Amino acid sequence: MGRKITIEPVTRVEGHGKVTIQLDDAGNVAQSRLHIVEFRGFERFVQGRPYWEAPVLVQRLCGICPVSHHLAAAKAMDVIVGAGTGDGLTPTGEKMRRLMHYGQMFQSHALHFFHLASPDLLFGADGDPAIRNVIGVALEHKDLAVQGVMMRKFGQEIIRATAGKKIHGTGAIPGGINKNLSVAERDEFLKGADPLNVDKMIEWSKAAVDFFKDYHAKNKDYIDNFSVFPSSHLSIIRKDGAMDLYHGVLRCIDADGNKLLDDVDYQDYYKHIGEEVRSWSYMKFPYLRKIGMEKGWYTVGPLARLNTCDFIPTPLAQKECEIFKAYTNGKPNHMSMHMHWARLIELLHSAEVIKELLNDPDLQKDDLVVKGTKQKEGVGLLEAPRGTLFHHYRINDDDQIEMANLIVSTTNNNEPMNRGVNFVAKDVFTGKKEITEGMMNRVEMVIRAYDPCLSCATHALGQMPMEITLVDSNGEILDKARK
Amino acid sequence: MDCKSIYVYGFGNPGRQDDGLGPMIIDKLESENIEGITTDSNYQLNIEDADNIAGYDFVVFVDASIDACEPFSFGRIEPSAEITFTTHSMSPESVIALCGDIHGMIPETYVLAIRGYEWEMFEGLSEKAISNFDAAYSFLLEKIEDMLTLKKVKIN
Repeated sequence: MGRKITIEPVTRVEGHGKVTIQLDDAGNVAQSRLHIVEFRGFERFVQGRPYWEAPVLVQRLCGICPVSHHLAAAKAMDVIVGAGTGDGLTPTGEKMRRLMHYGQMFQSHALHFFHLASPDLLFGADGDPAIRNVIGVALEHKDLAVQGVMMRKFGQEIIRATAGKKIHGTGAIPGGINKNLSVAERDEFLKGADPLNVDKMIEWSKAAVDFFKDYHAKNKDYIDNFSVFPSSHLSIIRKDGAMDLYHGVLRCIDADGNKLLDDVDYQDYYKHIGEEVRSWSYMKFPYLRKIGMEKGWYTVGPLARLNTCDFIPTPLAQKECEIFKAYTNGKPNHMSMHMHWARLIELLHSAEVIKELLNDPDLQKDDLVVKGTKQKEGVGLLEAPRGTLFHHYRINDDDQIEMANLIVSTTNNNEPMNRGVNFVAKDVFTGKKEITEGMMNRVEMVIRAYDPCLSCATHALGQMPMEITLVDSNGEILDKARK
Repeated sequence: MDCKSIYVYGFGNPGRQDDGLGPMIIDKLESENIEGITTDSNYQLNIEDADNIAGYDFVVFVDASIDACEPFSFGRIEPSAEITFTTHSMSPESVIALCGDIHGMIPETYVLAIRGYEWEMFEGLSEKAISNFDAAYSFLLEKIEDMLTLKKVKIN
């Protein structure tokens, strides 16, 4: 009798995901699917609202990366107020936004590694689930846990200083920014008592990269073969090929490194990227139009960014980038667990960029906003922690938003996450008669590598368990578990 | 009177109707300028909050709840390492557990869970949540006074 295994985080208010693994009568994996119920309706919600509200309104979408939505919407509104397409802001405006963005990247990457990824590495996929979490890390590897906590706190304070507050920040406005960084705020980040200063953050970021490299050296087979499949990779990069997480042009490379898109102005993204609807999933599947729906899918996020960029424009991260690229002889890296490695290199890069920006006197200047000739339509793109984030708006004659289209990072990664789950499912479930917690955890691990945003802003108490359901081919529930 | 330090932390998203109950309690509390309490709010709890709460005598987490008793429930919590799948937030119990691990101490911690009903993408509380908010706020002020004067905290 064929069996269906479902891993289902019970829905929070607007988003949930589940994994379904269908086994055939012989116990082989017949099919696996990751279903993510994406919140849909935001585009309709903003219709009729004044365009200048968008950078604040979009923060209702996600309590995990509100800064990314805030800045992507602000970038789109820059176009609408005639402030150029990413290069027209005042130096203070652009650099304050960059500081906010790299603060967001820093805290998000630190959180992902120390909270979500390190427990699997430190305790193993089959480790005791009671301690295979950040609390267990704190018990047995206190230094690592303390670093994770304080790095996240440092990034959160950068966000507070640049966005104005933690909830519904207002720092970025159409055409610029509404505050600069005071000397006192700057000095707190530059010279704050240990460990809350940028030099310590760089030191700890470098140590995190070294931690991963050391772990990798001891566990090469496991890390390199956990989930590997060829993919195209997409991100924005600076025009000269440098990694740039805030602004740039679109580049997409195929599995062999050939450029499918290069130097593409993202205002024209819709000419190059389509969105496919599939009957079994509520989340769309983006694809490159020139390749087509079946083979035009791509990966976004840290691994994609390391693959698409030619170099990283900060010295310590560039050294690590060279080591990373040399590992695959300059060819694109398709190893899912190397996403953690790439993420930590970006963590280091973000810390270095934060230091550069803090030392830039433009942050204390008062020329904050630019206005020009109003446009009817604008697109804002940036590299959010989980990957490329698209915001596209059109307004009417009354300055109200009449059209909005968002493609979030997790949507961009829909197909590669499905392929990753399928790879792992075939590896660990084939021929097995019993399902262990460790097997389940391996499926979760490949999903975690992409750091998907399965559940967003609303989180009321009592709504967050994970449910595992085992169903046979007739739809009968064989087993059910929650954790 | 032996004044103790109190940290009151509201979490939730005010852009999602009743999910904003926690931060809105904090907004109102901050307007009272009560000496001896520290307030903060955010979308959700996370690992840095384990450091933020360290050193306080009392901590009160305020959150919206889909299934709490009406109009609210209030109770002391104990540390727990319960972590949910791939989420980017932590429970109050796991935050105090992490605090204990990295700082070697755990404040006396309570959760004020206010019953909410509506979670759509709008600002403002539902009518029933407004009523619950008022009751919870009055109760919270009494508990803060109890804590400041070291009276025994009564559990509902």
